[in-house]
Order: sequence, then structure tokens, then C-alpha cells
Amino acid sequence: MTQVPRLRLTQYVVLVACILLFVAAIDCALAQPFGMTRGGSPAEIGGFTGWILAKQAEFYRTLSGLIRAAKADGSAAYTLLGISFLYGIFHAAGPGHGKAVISSYLVANDETWRRGIVLSFASAILQAFTAVAVVGIAAALLGATAKAMGNTVRVIEIVSYALIMLIGLRLLWVKGRAFLRLLRGEQQAHHAHDHHHDHDHHHTHDHDHHHHHGHAHSHDHDHEDDASAWGHAHAPEPEELTGKHWLRRGLAAIIAVGLRPCSGAIIVLVFALAQGLFWIGVASTFVMGLGTAITVAAIATLAVGARGLADRFAKARPGAGMLLLRGLETAAALVIVFFGAALLTGYIVSERLMGV
Amino acid sequence: MLRIFFVTLAVLFIAAPALAHPHVWVTMRTELVYAPDGRITGIRHAWSFDDMFSTFAIQGLDSKEKGKFTREELAPLAKVNVESLKEFDYFTYATADGKKVALTDPTADYWLDYNDQVLTLNFTLPLKTPVKAKELKIDIYDPTIFVDFSFDKQNPARLVGAPNCKLDVQLPREMTFAEGKKLSEIPADEKNTTMAWGAQFANKLLVHCP
Repeated sequence: MTQVPRLRLTQYVVLVACILLFVAAIDCALAQPFGMTRGGSPAEIGGFTGWILAKQAEFYRTLSGLIRAAKADGSAAYTLLGISFLYGIFHAAGPGHGKAVISSYLVANDETWRRGIVLSFASAILQAFTAVAVVGIAAALLGATAKAMGNTVRVIEIVSYALIMLIGLRLLWVKGRAFLRLLRGEQQAHHAHDHHHDHDHHHTHDHDHHHHHGHAHSHDHDHEDDASAWGHAHAPEPEELTGKHWLRRGLAAIIAVGLRPCSGAIIVLVFALAQGLFWIGVASTFVMGLGTAITVAAIATLAVGARGLADRFAKARPGAGMLLLRGLETAAALVIVFFGAALLTGYIVSERLMGV
Repeated sequence: MLRIFFVTLAVLFIAAPALAHPHVWVTMRTELVYAPDGRITGIRHAWSFDDMFSTFAIQGLDSKEKGKFTREELAPLAKVNVESLKEFDYFTYATADGKKVALTDPTADYWLDYNDQVLTLNFTLPLKTPVKAKELKIDIYDPTIFVDFSFDKQNPARLVGAPNCKLDVQLPREMTFAEGKKLSEIPADEKNTTMAWGAQFANKLLVHCP
């Protein structure tokens, strides 16, 4: 086994804390003032933040003018698409869009960065699709009011948040038990092994890779089995991406995150519809989704990278390392449960569509 | 390599929490109404929504004349607006000589109008108890920046019935990169609550009376 960079335990703890806080903070911090102490002081403000905020607002505000311009001059449509793309990239840095959920999911499930990217894109495109479907059916066909659309979105939200919670609970069940078993000792883990093939995956051991396996660890594979929620495969071989299993299990995450349409997209679509340019709005929405996907994928990749570092550390320290790794997975699952529950109960409001 | 990674993570971690995205832009005209005895009795708002949100808000509403809406036709929407604003304290925060001033729900004479594709919400927030203050401060902002408020350039605000008082309109500071950095260097315990994130973008009205 090759020598891995030696991270000190404190560094490792900082890393784990960082990953978790990072994913948790992204989606909730700003929304907090609604459910909790409104007007309380949120975390430190970086200038970088102000800049992103200003940029995405700037892009958004040019959209209406461009949609109007596209009515008279077709070439304005290209500018509109360009701005929509940039808006998507900057916009997705804000709350919503499931960065926290996707990132936690990837960390808990030990997915590869490629899969992270696929999940990010699929959920972002689905999100664009829902926005188009809501406005297309409710507003364009049925002539529904903004209030009715808001109510529709509310229902979709509830389904989406419940799904997020379910995904989290399932992960927590699997990962949490693996973690507890590891805490109790290896002997028990061995016994428990037989009871844990209750998931319908047919996963083949990939013995060529050994992400977590410490050389001093003789029970590695049992642990790996115990810890896989839906089966796992570490090796980032391209062929694996063609496998259907991970995508199938990832589908729940894609739907959970992508079901809820973005408020901005809905407003843009309604505006385009009012201008008699619904299809321009549709194109803009999908390009926005593409931009969003890039940001979400970047953050997801970062989370996977962090997880990879943790893996390397675990390799270097067979006992404590594995324990911390399982702890990280359990914590990531907890983050998902927390988000699902908080969103569902309205403790966190990720975006507001109606109200003003 | 590892260091770069940590730094990136740290930057994103610090930056991410404070991000939000406005979906509604409001241009305000505000009047501060005074009683003859010099006490302020209420805050009269006229909030115009941006064109996209205005269009969104009127989507599907019926009107006799296409593209035109009367106050009566918009009355149900106005009711929804005003009622949902309650939860957010009407985004209006007032202090008189440093003490918080309680505002009550809007008077019943609120309405919406729709001109040149712009929807404007008019409403008056009465003070629970009218006060006489040497220094009155009114902040209008959304702490979460879902709604982006800014004063109208021509008629931002005015005093009604306070001949001896002086009104000072402070526009929100556009945060530059450097400013944001400076702000983040202030220790957290030195920030008062009105320095919350959204307050950076507050629109302040300051009234000094003799």
C-alpha cells in the first residue's frame, strides 16, 4: 500500500466538520431568519458573497428586458440564453437547488465524482422541466393565477421534502447501524453480516480497489458490506457509469431534489408567457438549469473530494480511521434527514414564491 | 494541493451561508405621517414591484378590459399581499430615540394599482402608540433578501405634517468586495442585531425633530 499523506487527527476532525457544516450551511443559513430568529445575525459575510449576490441579481434583472427585446428582434434571444446560463451558475450558489442534499448523499453513499456530476445535472434538468410543466399546464393551458401556481408548488414541495427525509432515514438506518456495529466491535459486526443483504443490489466486490481498507484490517470486506446502503462500488472506472444500479438508487435523490421548481424560473416563464413568447422562456429555463447544474456539480465534486481525503486518512489509520469514516457517513445521512424534516416542517424556507 | 483544497473549502464555507437570491424587486415611496402635536402616527408605503414579478402576480386574474385592472379587481390580491406581509413585519423596522417602535397591522384602506405593467401596493402602517422623537429611524429591508427594496429615485420619502423636522434618506450601501471583507473582519460580538445580513442593504429614513 502506498504511503498516504499523514493528516493529524485534529486536521481530520476539522475536515469532517468542514464537510458537514459546509453542506449544512449552504442551504439553511440564509433561510433561518424565517423560521427562527428573524433578523438575528447570520454568519460572517464575505465580500465574495456580496459579489455573487450582485451578479445574479444583475443577470436576473436584465432577463425581462431581453425577453421583451426578443419579441422584436430574434437575435436578442441568443443574448437571453447567454444571460440565462450565467444567471443559473450564480443563482445556484444560493439556497435551494439541493446542493446540501446532493453533497450529503454523495458523501454518505461514497459515490464517485462522476456520479455526483450526473446526479447534479439530472436533478437540475428535472427542476427546469418541473418549472416548465407547472407554468405550461397551470398558467398557459388552465389560466391559473399566481396563487394557484404557488399552491401547486407547495404540494410538489411537500412531496419533495418528504422524499428527502425518506432518503436520509434509509441512509441513516444503514450507515448508522454500520457505525454502531463498528463502535461495538468487530466480532459483532461479523455476526451481523448475514442479516444485511436485504437490499436488492447485486453488487460484486471489486477487489481491485481498496479505498478504505487498511492493510492491518482483516475484516474489511465485511465492514464494507455492512456499510453499503444500496451496494457500493468505489472504483471510478468509466464502465461503472453505464451500470444501472447506482443510477437507479440515485433516482430517488434526483427526484427529491429536482422535483421542486425554482421560483425564478417560474416567474421568468410566466413573464415570457405574458409576452407571447413562452418558448423563449422554456429555452431560457433549460439553459438556466444547465448553469445551475454546473454550480451544483462543482460543489458536489468538492464534497466527494473531501470524502476522498477522509478515505485516504482512514486507510492510514485502520482502526480510528474506519470509525471516523462511518461516523462521517452517518452524520451525512443525519444532515439529509435534518434537511428533509426542517424543510417539511417549514423550519427552513428555501425559497418563497408567494407572499408579496 | 491539499492546502488549496482546504482553502477552497474554507472560502466556500464562509461565503455560502449568506447567499440568497432576490426574486422580487420593490421600488418604494414612503411617507411619514405626523399628527398636529408633532407625534408620528404612521408610515405610508407605496411599493412598486418589478415588471417580472408584477406580471407574475397578475397572471390569471380576470379583468373587464384586457391588460387593465381596477382597484376592485385587484382587491383580493391586495388582501393576500398585506396578509402575508404580516409574517415579515411588513419589512419595516422603526426606532424612536433608540427605542423600538411597535407597528400595528395596516389600516383597511390598502389597495393595489396596475399602471404601465407595474403593480403598486399602497398601505399604511400605524404606530401602536404615536410617539414624539428627537431622532426617528426607520429601516426597510428583507433580512433574507428575497425581496430587494430600494427607494424611488425621484420621490424616495417625505414627511407629512412635520414642518420643523428634517428628513434624511440613506440609500443602501452597495457592498463592494473590499467592504464585504471589512465587514467580515468586525468581531461578531461587536455587531448589533440591526447589522444583520439583510440590514446591510437597508434603506434608512432618519428624522430629526427639535
